[in-house]
Amino acid sequence: MVERRPLLTVVTHVVMLFGILIVAFPLYITFVASTLTMEQVLEVPMRLLPGDQLWNNYTQVLGAGSTRGSTAPVAPMMFNSMVMALVIAIGKIAISIISAFAIVYFRFPLRHFFFWMIFITLMLPVEVRIIPTFKVVADLGMLDSYAGLTLPLIASATATFLFRQFFMTVPDELLEAARIDGAGPMRFFIDVLLPLSRTSIAALFVIQFIYGWNQYLWPLLITNQESMYTVVIGIKRMIVGGDALTEWHLVMATAMLAMLPPALVVLLMQRWFVKGLVDTEK
Amino acid sequence: MSAIAIRNIVKRYGRGATAVQVIHGVSAEIQSGEFVVIVGPSGCGKSTLLRMVAGLEEISGGEIAIADQVVNDIEPADRDIAMVFQNYALYPHMSVFDNMAYGLKIRKVPAEEIRQRVDKAAGILELQPYLKRRPRELSGGQRQRVAMGRAIVRQPAVFLFDEPLSNLDAKLRAQTRLEIQKLHRELGITSLFVTHDQVEAMTLAQRMIVLNAGRMEQFGTPEEVYQRPATTFVAGFIGSPPMNLLHGRAEGASFTIAGQRLPLPQSAPRDGELILGLRPEHALWADGGEGTWELQVEVVETLGAERLVYCRLGETLFTARIDGTLPRPQAGQRVPLRVPAERLHWFDAQTQARVA
Repeated sequence: MVERRPLLTVVTHVVMLFGILIVAFPLYITFVASTLTMEQVLEVPMRLLPGDQLWNNYTQVLGAGSTRGSTAPVAPMMFNSMVMALVIAIGKIAISIISAFAIVYFRFPLRHFFFWMIFITLMLPVEVRIIPTFKVVADLGMLDSYAGLTLPLIASATATFLFRQFFMTVPDELLEAARIDGAGPMRFFIDVLLPLSRTSIAALFVIQFIYGWNQYLWPLLITNQESMYTVVIGIKRMIVGGDALTEWHLVMATAMLAMLPPALVVLLMQRWFVKGLVDTEK
Repeated sequence: MSAIAIRNIVKRYGRGATAVQVIHGVSAEIQSGEFVVIVGPSGCGKSTLLRMVAGLEEISGGEIAIADQVVNDIEPADRDIAMVFQNYALYPHMSVFDNMAYGLKIRKVPAEEIRQRVDKAAGILELQPYLKRRPRELSGGQRQRVAMGRAIVRQPAVFLFDEPLSNLDAKLRAQTRLEIQKLHRELGITSLFVTHDQVEAMTLAQRMIVLNAGRMEQFGTPEEVYQRPATTFVAGFIGSPPMNLLHGRAEGASFTIAGQRLPLPQSAPRDGELILGLRPEHALWADGGEGTWELQVEVVETLGAERLVYCRLGETLFTARIDGTLPRPQAGQRVPLRVPAERLHWFDAQTQARVA
């Protein structure tokens, strides 16, 4: 739409800038707070220009952690979060692409029943089934382990459904051509379906990585040792209640660190999104 | 030796009482090196028949043999066939080279031989400049050639074509038609070609199978099908504009339709209810006199080289195709037409089959 109306341009830009301000200001405050000393953070009102403690604060949380509340260093927590997010994202994609493949391309008894069973689990997010899941994981001795952190979250109806929808748009002739070329089901899957799903996989990876990284309730429940904390839990544990003073500058530094990987994943994978949108291969 | 033997093939969808039968016992023997076209209106089962030969559809009854081996229970990959699909079905993420090489790679043909075969096929089809491109970077005609290339490199016993030209524009279609003919002449591979387009069928076929509602109406050379259609369906389907089919009563050398008595140049094969067939191009402009038909003109279409004259004959419109240089008949005028004896086709009014 090409319109030349200066007033409209000004108004839309003002609205846009205002929107950006609302979203970005808390982030900026977080960043500023993470560069101040404890005393500066507690001044009222807090200053709005960054201080000189950036290096100190960040090295302290990464290496040593807060001195109050949970005193674990944040670097291992970042590692735990990374493991959890990666295993969940990759595991979800691997399992759901295979189950979608089975549901779309194979005729087996109760095929539709199984599909609807998977679909129905969409209505049961982690929070709803958290007590029985906790019981199962605890009985299996998987508390405070990576398996316990990731396994219960790997099954994904959403991803299965997405891949199913994508596979159904792949023309049947492609499968038939592959059959005539002599490709068995797994050859077809690996040589044809997987490459065609690249962009869907990239999109799902972004979504599922952030989903895994931002998990809060589940890791909170099943991690007791500080060595298994994820960074999201770490932030929570640094905030102490009661009379003690929370080291907000360190909490904010940790929050900045926790925001970094999901932001990076989105920024890096964005190119894939655009690529996937520009050249639709089918 | 017959390259493909189709013996009493039946196709049913569904089971038991609700089963729908779409092919009712088709039989045909296709000789080695022959180019056979299966033609029929949409929904007549021609693609289903081809897909059964390919092994993509299960055979409900009868058997199909390729190179004297019954293939009913053999996987498509092991039938020694290659197929060209209507929408090309190229692998979108592979280069042209990889598309053509894929079948050979799976068969574990040595890389060097794959390269040679693909290069040769690309040479025949003039695809060398495009070997590194993706299908989406090619035009429709080029994609069509890649699809054919993929079939050629396999060096199969049989080529199957499933309406490969219907996604091309008219000009490209005519051009590709010639290329397919040339290709068949050079390679001499038995080909089975499905189309709904009678021009494609007539131009490409050495023999053609005319299919209607899952039944084979005729199997013969294009000349036979055009000159001696076996049924009224074939008569009406092949030829454009279609053959005039007049339902009436024959009595000696006259034919009565809708109360109008038309003289015949020669006695009908028998008296009684018959269908008289006459192609528009065979109705000749006459000077009048004995034995001519005097028909009332309803509409005239001028096409340049010729005119189509539509004349009212009871319920039916009789079409005559006359030379464009003749004076244009006026609507309502009565025109004299002469019908040559050897151009008349007679069909039984009940069975619709050819009488003479």
